[in-house]
Amino acid sequence: MTSMERVLTTLSHQEPDRVPLFLLATMHGAKELGLSIKEYFSKAENVFEGQLKIREKYKTDCLYPFFYAPIEVEAFGGEVIYTEDGPPNSGLPFIKDIDSIKTLEAPKVSESKVLHKVLKSIELLKQKVNNEVPIIAVAISPFSLPVMQLGFDKYLEIMHFRKDLFQKLMQINVAFCTDWANSQLKAGATAICYFDPVSSSTIIPRDLYLETGFEIAKRTISSLNGPTATHFASGNCLPIIDLVAQTGTAVVGVSANENIAEIKNACKNKLTVLGNLNGIEMRHWSKEQCYEIVKNTIYNAASGGGFILADNHGEIPFQVPDNVLQNISEAVLIYGQYPLNIK
Amino acid sequence: MKDLSLLSNELERALLTLDKDLAEKVILNAIKDSTPIDVASELVSLSLHNIGYLWEEGKLALSQVYMSGIICEEIIDKVLPPLSKTRKNQPKMAIGVFEDYHLLGKRIICSCLRASGIEVMDLGGGLTTDKIADIVRKEDIKILLLSVLMLTSALHIADLKQKLSDTDVKKVVGGAPFRLDENLWKEVGADAYGKDSSEAIEIVNKLMEA
Ligand code: B12
Repeated sequence: MTSMERVLTTLSHQEPDRVPLFLLATMHGAKELGLSIKEYFSKAENVFEGQLKIREKYKTDCLYPFFYAPIEVEAFGGEVIYTEDGPPNSGLPFIKDIDSIKTLEAPKVSESKVLHKVLKSIELLKQKVNNEVPIIAVAISPFSLPVMQLGFDKYLEIMHFRKDLFQKLMQINVAFCTDWANSQLKAGATAICYFDPVSSSTIIPRDLYLETGFEIAKRTISSLNGPTATHFASGNCLPIIDLVAQTGTAVVGVSANENIAEIKNACKNKLTVLGNLNGIEMRHWSKEQCYEIVKNTIYNAASGGGFILADNHGEIPFQVPDNVLQNISEAVLIYGQYPLNIK
Repeated sequence: MKDLSLLSNELERALLTLDKDLAEKVILNAIKDSTPIDVASELVSLSLHNIGYLWEEGKLALSQVYMSGIICEEIIDKVLPPLSKTRKNQPKMAIGVFEDYHLLGKRIICSCLRASGIEVMDLGGGLTTDKIADIVRKEDIKILLLSVLMLTSALHIADLKQKLSDTDVKKVVGGAPFRLDENLWKEVGADAYGKDSSEAIEIVNKLMEA
């Protein structure tokens, strides 16, 4: 099976030849190319080459031309801060006065230089792999983006006390997210990873999700021209999993803090489960631990398909050593062959 | 104070429904037969502790913890102005976000501590090792609370520890990466780690007694 066939089979809740592995290493490509993280993300060609190297080295079943979440606020004119050994972060929020939301305008994707880099890396990858390997692109949900636009505290305050501004911002962000996601699909992405951790039950209660993140996800996802995977970036989702399934998404990214068997059960034939290796702990995993954890995760969640093995955040920390990634990849080949050999 | 757990129930209910006026009424009523500092360090502290704990249990969302903290902080600041003499006699304490700019965790911890009647200096975010080391020395800080969101920032706390090795400051750490790796706080050489706002209140109280 090609990676694409493997993934499509599991998405239709059937068992492919083996469990698909999404090794979502965004920064390891910089190491491969001997570049700093800042240099690496400065050119589409670097991410293109980096992703191909990662795939070759670790036999991952997708390409993941995700640069970094703050690239979207960069497109709005916000600042990005680079470090030598970690992901780029957003700087101080660019919306200083909440009332300026009234006149805020979203950038047009077609006119944004930074976003164009991402689109170009997707195009290059698509030319290279055609339909053999899924290309997973990222869009931050309209509901989660405001944390970087105005800061988490102000965002929670407008969500609760300034519903007029909240609604206005959602309107702007839904339009932007749709434009951004559809542009990436047009460039050749197979699916969109819709990052929505603010909707996770780690951050907001179910009732509030129902009123906010849920409605926004339904609205946004229905206007996208391709499938989505909803990712909570290691925030919890079990309390809202029934609702997530109603947003029109096909996949859900699950936290290491949650019981994967319980989640799989709740998602059966409705959502494909993506997860849930702990990226932060992974830094220290021995070969035995990699094998044991991969085996248990697969045995608890992969029966019947509807499962993709991945880390629990949608991004593997820069500090995770290459040999750990290698061991995880090997373990999938050993324990992930269908039919699973569960005793 | 009259029945603390009864009052605390009432206050929690007001906070979780974001009813500022009712929360203020409960607190002001409690002060009538007690003192502002006792109400802060007993009633408010207990309610915020319970709310933090319920988040930990997955029963409440972070937005509720945050909103409860700022509502209480606002009310307590009115009856117990920062730096007022009636606040606790305590070791000098500061809180800041180390290296990154993710301020919400710090804001939550800071308002919960302040609303519990504890005085904390707020150092802001994006703090470098040198800047913190400088402040700790100049201000003679005894308890330093550090919040981080990025793993990279957490790992750099080890360098800060080195820089502060000639002081007796206690370093208490917290933030998302520590919650995902239970050994990380030891790895970076912190003296204590708190999962949430309720543990932050407990740890600080313990350190103040020591
Ligand atoms: C929501 C979320 C997002 C949202 C908003 C993030 C933000 N604040 O800016 C969005 C989608 C924007 C996002 C993006 C990114 N994220 Co994010 N995100 C999360 C998530 C789900 C929650 C983070 C959060 O803000 N929580 C709210 C704060 C207040 O919670 P908290 O820090 O845990 O604080 C509580 C306790 O820890 C404690 N506490 C906090 N400080 C202190 C201090 C003391 C002294 C004590 C005692 C206690 C204490 O009390 C608080 C309340 O009870 C976490 C995963 C998770 N499970 O938590 C990942 C997470 C924080 N993200 C992560 C990363 C890497 C990113 C990105 C860099 C990804 C990328 N490459 O672009 C970007 C950067 C964003 C930016 N601003 O620049 C990583 C960070 C660790 C790492 N791997 O380095 C995490 C931990 C995911 C993971 N499992 O790895 N993210």
